[in-house]
Amino acid sequence: MKLQKNTLIALYSALEFAAQPQSKLPAARIAFKYRVSAHHVAKVLRKLRRAGLLQAARGAGGGYRFAGNPKRVTLMDIVEVFEAIGARAPRAARGEAERALAAVLAEIDQIAIATFRSITLDTMLKLVAQARRGPRGRAA
Amino acid sequence: MRAADLAQVIEIDAAITGLAKPDYWAGVRRRYRDFLVAESAGRIEGYIVGEVRDWAFGAPPCGWVFGIGVRPQARLAGLGTRLLEALCASFRKRGVATVRTLLARDNHLVLAFFRSQGMMAAPFIPLEKELD
Repeated sequence: MKLQKNTLIALYSALEFAAQPQSKLPAARIAFKYRVSAHHVAKVLRKLRRAGLLQAARGAGGGYRFAGNPKRVTLMDIVEVFEAIGARAPRAARGEAERALAAVLAEIDQIAIATFRSITLDTMLKLVAQARRGPRGRAA
Repeated sequence: MRAADLAQVIEIDAAITGLAKPDYWAGVRRRYRDFLVAESAGRIEGYIVGEVRDWAFGAPPCGWVFGIGVRPQARLAGLGTRLLEALCASFRKRGVATVRTLLARDNHLVLAFFRSQGMMAAPFIPLEKELD
Protein backbone atom coordinates (compact mmCIF):
# COMPACT_ATOMS: atom_id res chain seq x y z
CA MET A 1 0.00 0.00 0.00
CA LYS A 2 1.35 3.39 -0.95
CA LEU A 3 0.30 6.59 0.75
CA GLN A 4 0.82 10.09 -0.61
CA LYS A 5 3.84 11.99 0.68
CA ASN A 6 1.69 14.53 2.55
CA THR A 7 -0.17 11.71 4.30
CA LEU A 8 3.09 10.10 5.42
CA ILE A 9 4.42 13.43 6.71
CA ALA A 10 1.12 13.93 8.55
CA LEU A 11 1.36 10.48 10.16
CA TYR A 12 4.97 11.02 11.24
CA SER A 13 4.07 14.48 12.56
CA ALA A 14 1.03 13.18 14.46
CA LEU A 15 3.23 10.55 16.13
CA GLU A 16 5.75 13.21 17.15
CA PHE A 17 3.01 15.37 18.68
CA ALA A 18 1.20 12.44 20.32
CA ALA A 19 4.47 11.26 21.91
CA GLN A 20 4.87 14.66 23.61
CA PRO A 21 1.33 16.02 23.95
CA GLN A 22 2.34 18.83 26.31
CA SER A 23 5.21 20.04 24.14
CA LYS A 24 5.21 22.71 21.50
CA LEU A 25 6.90 21.43 18.35
CA PRO A 26 8.03 23.57 15.42
CA ALA A 27 7.70 22.28 11.86
CA ALA A 28 11.46 22.57 11.41
CA ARG A 29 12.17 19.87 14.02
CA ILE A 30 9.88 17.37 12.31
CA ALA A 31 11.29 18.34 8.89
CA PHE A 32 14.84 17.69 10.11
CA LYS A 33 14.00 14.32 11.66
CA TYR A 34 12.19 12.99 8.58
CA ARG A 35 14.42 14.68 6.00
CA VAL A 36 11.70 16.70 4.28
CA SER A 37 11.38 20.43 3.63
CA ALA A 38 10.16 22.60 6.51
CA HIS A 39 7.85 24.36 4.06
CA HIS A 40 6.23 21.04 3.19
CA VAL A 41 5.79 20.09 6.86
CA ALA A 42 4.36 23.53 7.67
CA LYS A 43 1.68 23.06 5.01
CA VAL A 44 0.78 19.62 6.41
CA LEU A 45 0.62 20.93 9.99
CA ARG A 46 -1.69 23.77 8.95
CA LYS A 47 -4.04 21.18 7.49
CA LEU A 48 -3.89 19.09 10.67
CA ARG A 49 -4.71 22.23 12.68
CA ARG A 50 -7.70 22.97 10.47
CA ALA A 51 -8.85 19.37 11.05
CA GLY A 52 -8.72 19.98 14.82
CA LEU A 53 -5.86 17.57 15.47
CA LEU A 54 -3.33 20.27 16.37
CA GLN A 55 -3.60 23.66 18.01
CA ALA A 56 -1.33 26.62 17.37
CA ALA A 57 0.98 27.25 20.33
CA ARG A 58 1.29 30.76 21.64
CA GLY A 59 4.61 32.43 22.33
CA ALA A 60 7.92 32.93 20.64
CA GLY A 61 8.80 30.64 17.76
CA GLY A 62 5.28 29.48 16.98
CA GLY A 63 4.72 25.76 16.52
CA TYR A 64 1.84 23.49 17.43
CA ARG A 65 0.63 21.22 20.19
CA PHE A 66 -1.38 18.02 19.90
CA ALA A 67 -5.11 18.64 20.35
CA GLY A 68 -6.45 15.09 20.32
CA ASN A 69 -6.53 12.06 22.58
CA PRO A 70 -3.81 9.60 21.43
CA LYS A 71 -5.98 6.71 22.68
CA ARG A 72 -8.86 7.81 20.46
CA VAL A 73 -7.28 9.33 17.34
CA THR A 74 -6.69 6.59 14.75
CA LEU A 75 -4.39 6.47 11.76
CA MET A 76 -7.51 6.75 9.59
CA ASP A 77 -8.40 10.08 11.24
CA ILE A 78 -5.08 11.43 9.94
CA VAL A 79 -5.10 9.67 6.55
CA GLU A 80 -8.58 10.87 5.60
CA VAL A 81 -7.55 14.50 6.07
CA PHE A 82 -5.17 14.07 3.13
CA GLU A 83 -6.53 11.37 0.88
CA ALA A 84 -9.59 9.22 0.33
CA ILE A 85 -8.70 5.55 0.29
CA GLY A 86 -10.80 3.74 -2.24
CA ALA A 87 -12.34 6.87 -3.69
CA ARG A 88 -12.41 5.93 -7.32
CA ALA A 89 -14.34 8.05 -9.78
CA PRO A 90 -17.66 6.33 -10.51
CA ARG A 91 -18.04 5.46 -14.16
CA ALA A 92 -21.32 4.69 -15.79
CA ALA A 93 -21.85 1.66 -18.06
CA ARG A 94 -18.81 -0.30 -16.93
CA GLY A 95 -18.10 -3.63 -18.57
CA GLU A 96 -18.32 -6.83 -16.55
CA ALA A 97 -14.53 -7.22 -16.27
CA GLU A 98 -14.22 -3.68 -14.91
CA ARG A 99 -17.04 -4.27 -12.42
CA ALA A 100 -15.56 -7.57 -11.26
CA LEU A 101 -12.08 -6.09 -10.82
CA ALA A 102 -13.55 -3.04 -9.06
CA ALA A 103 -15.17 -5.40 -6.53
CA VAL A 104 -11.79 -6.99 -5.75
CA LEU A 105 -10.08 -3.59 -5.44
CA ALA A 106 -12.89 -2.37 -3.17
CA GLU A 107 -12.29 -5.42 -0.96
CA ILE A 108 -8.62 -4.44 -0.60
CA ASP A 109 -9.59 -0.85 0.19
CA GLN A 110 -12.03 -1.97 2.89
CA ILE A 111 -9.35 -4.03 4.58
CA ALA A 112 -6.93 -1.07 4.43
CA ILE A 113 -9.52 1.28 5.91
CA ALA A 114 -10.37 -1.18 8.71
CA THR A 115 -6.66 -1.54 9.50
CA PHE A 116 -6.07 2.22 9.68
CA ARG A 117 -9.19 2.64 11.77
CA SER A 118 -8.14 -0.04 14.27
CA ILE A 119 -4.79 1.52 15.14
CA THR A 120 -4.75 4.51 17.47
CA LEU A 121 -1.76 6.84 17.79
CA ASP A 122 -1.20 5.40 21.27
CA THR A 123 -0.99 1.87 19.83
CA MET A 124 1.26 3.16 17.04
CA LEU A 125 3.61 4.67 19.65
CA LYS A 126 3.85 1.23 21.29
CA LEU A 127 4.80 -0.23 17.89
CA VAL A 128 7.43 2.49 17.47
CA ALA A 129 8.86 1.67 20.91
CA GLN A 130 8.88 -2.02 19.98
CA ALA A 131 10.71 -1.26 16.72
CA ARG A 132 13.24 0.78 18.74
CA ARG A 133 13.90 -2.19 21.03
CA GLY A 134 14.23 -4.56 18.07
CA PRO A 135 12.80 -8.07 17.67
CA ARG A 136 14.38 -9.30 20.91
CA GLY A 137 12.69 -6.58 22.93
CA ARG A 138 9.22 -7.50 21.79
CA ALA A 139 6.65 -7.48 24.54
CA ALA A 140 5.24 -10.91 25.29
CA MET B 1 -17.20 -18.21 35.89
CA ARG B 2 -20.03 -19.65 37.97
CA ALA B 3 -23.49 -20.68 36.74
CA ALA B 4 -24.92 -17.75 38.69
CA ASP B 5 -22.79 -15.33 36.67
CA LEU B 6 -24.29 -16.34 33.35
CA ALA B 7 -27.35 -14.07 33.56
CA GLN B 8 -25.10 -11.03 33.93
CA VAL B 9 -22.90 -12.13 31.03
CA ILE B 10 -26.04 -12.44 28.87
CA GLU B 11 -27.09 -8.98 30.06
CA ILE B 12 -23.69 -7.43 29.17
CA ASP B 13 -23.69 -9.04 25.73
CA ALA B 14 -27.29 -7.96 25.09
CA ALA B 15 -26.45 -4.36 26.08
CA ILE B 16 -23.55 -4.35 23.59
CA THR B 17 -25.12 -6.25 20.70
CA GLY B 18 -28.80 -5.42 21.23
CA LEU B 19 -29.75 -9.11 21.29
CA ALA B 20 -30.15 -11.44 24.29
CA LYS B 21 -28.94 -14.98 23.48
CA PRO B 22 -29.50 -17.15 26.59
CA ASP B 23 -29.32 -20.51 24.78
CA TYR B 24 -26.12 -19.54 23.00
CA TRP B 25 -24.44 -18.48 26.26
CA ALA B 26 -25.57 -21.63 28.07
CA GLY B 27 -23.87 -23.60 25.27
CA VAL B 28 -20.73 -21.46 25.54
CA ARG B 29 -20.56 -22.19 29.27
CA ARG B 30 -20.84 -25.94 28.70
CA ARG B 31 -18.33 -26.01 25.87
CA TYR B 32 -15.54 -23.62 26.77
CA ARG B 33 -13.19 -24.17 29.66
CA ASP B 34 -11.72 -20.67 29.46
CA PHE B 35 -14.73 -18.54 30.30
CA LEU B 36 -13.60 -15.83 32.70
CA VAL B 37 -15.47 -12.96 34.30
CA ALA B 38 -14.37 -9.74 36.00
CA GLU B 39 -16.29 -9.07 39.20
CA SER B 40 -16.41 -5.91 41.26
CA ALA B 41 -18.52 -5.48 44.43
CA GLY B 42 -20.53 -8.58 43.59
CA ARG B 43 -21.36 -7.44 40.07
CA ILE B 44 -20.02 -8.95 36.85
CA GLU B 45 -18.44 -6.10 34.86
CA GLY B 46 -16.98 -8.07 31.96
CA TYR B 47 -16.22 -11.47 30.49
CA ILE B 48 -13.90 -13.19 28.06
CA VAL B 49 -14.22 -16.57 26.35
CA GLY B 50 -11.55 -18.56 24.59
CA GLU B 51 -10.11 -21.95 23.87
CA VAL B 52 -6.89 -23.62 22.75
CA ARG B 53 -7.52 -25.13 19.34
CA ASP B 54 -5.26 -27.70 17.74
CA TRP B 55 -4.73 -27.35 14.03
CA ALA B 56 -7.73 -25.11 13.48
CA PHE B 57 -7.49 -23.83 9.89
CA GLY B 58 -4.28 -25.85 9.53
CA ALA B 59 -2.43 -23.81 12.17
CA PRO B 60 -0.40 -25.30 15.04
CA PRO B 61 -2.15 -25.20 18.44
CA CYS B 62 -2.91 -21.65 19.54
CA GLY B 63 -5.30 -19.79 21.82
CA TRP B 64 -8.44 -18.26 20.32
CA VAL B 65 -10.45 -15.46 21.88
CA PHE B 66 -14.07 -15.92 20.86
CA GLY B 67 -15.66 -13.10 22.77
CA ILE B 68 -14.96 -10.23 25.13
CA GLY B 69 -17.35 -7.74 26.63
CA VAL B 70 -17.15 -5.05 29.30
CA ARG B 71 -20.06 -2.97 30.59
CA PRO B 72 -19.85 0.48 28.95
CA GLN B 73 -19.72 2.26 32.32
CA ALA B 74 -16.83 0.01 33.49
CA ARG B 75 -14.62 0.70 30.46
CA LEU B 76 -11.34 2.64 30.38
CA ALA B 77 -10.30 1.07 33.69
CA GLY B 78 -8.16 -1.73 32.26
CA LEU B 79 -10.70 -4.53 32.78
CA GLY B 80 -10.45 -5.77 29.19
CA THR B 81 -6.66 -5.83 29.47
CA ARG B 82 -6.81 -7.84 32.70
CA LEU B 83 -9.31 -10.31 31.26
CA LEU B 84 -7.16 -10.83 28.18
CA GLU B 85 -4.01 -11.21 30.31
CA ALA B 86 -5.73 -13.83 32.46
CA LEU B 87 -6.88 -15.75 29.39
CA CYS B 88 -3.39 -15.56 27.84
CA ALA B 89 -1.89 -16.84 31.11
CA SER B 90 -4.21 -19.86 30.90
CA PHE B 91 -3.20 -20.42 27.26
CA ARG B 92 0.50 -20.22 28.17
CA LYS B 93 0.04 -22.88 30.88
CA ARG B 94 -1.18 -25.18 28.13
CA GLY B 95 1.96 -24.57 26.13
CA VAL B 96 0.71 -22.31 23.35
CA ALA B 97 2.65 -19.22 22.31
CA THR B 98 0.13 -17.43 20.08
CA VAL B 99 -3.30 -15.93 20.66
CA ARG B 100 -5.72 -15.10 17.86
CA THR B 101 -9.15 -13.65 17.41
CA LEU B 102 -11.53 -12.79 14.57
CA LEU B 103 -13.65 -9.66 14.42
CA ALA B 104 -16.02 -7.84 12.13
CA ARG B 105 -14.18 -5.15 10.13
CA ASP B 106 -16.53 -2.46 11.40
CA ASN B 107 -16.12 -3.39 15.07
CA HIS B 108 -13.73 -0.45 15.50
CA LEU B 109 -13.83 -0.32 19.29
CA VAL B 110 -12.89 -3.95 19.92
CA LEU B 111 -10.43 -4.03 17.01
CA ALA B 112 -8.68 -0.99 18.52
CA PHE B 113 -8.63 -2.76 21.91
CA PHE B 114 -6.91 -5.88 20.54
CA ARG B 115 -4.49 -3.71 18.55
CA SER B 116 -3.63 -1.82 21.75
CA GLN B 117 -2.74 -5.20 23.27
CA GLY B 118 -0.10 -5.73 20.60
CA MET B 119 -2.13 -7.96 18.27
CA MET B 120 -1.36 -7.67 14.56
CA ALA B 121 -2.96 -9.11 11.42
CA ALA B 122 -2.84 -12.91 11.41
CA PRO B 123 -1.68 -14.87 8.36
CA PHE B 124 -5.27 -15.76 7.42
CA ILE B 125 -7.92 -14.23 5.20
CA PRO B 126 -11.53 -14.93 6.16
CA LEU B 127 -13.76 -15.73 3.18
CA GLU B 128 -17.49 -16.24 2.77
CA LYS B 129 -20.24 -16.54 0.17
CA GLU B 130 -23.99 -16.33 0.10
CA LEU B 131 -25.61 -19.76 -0.19
CA ASP B 132 -28.27 -20.07 -2.87
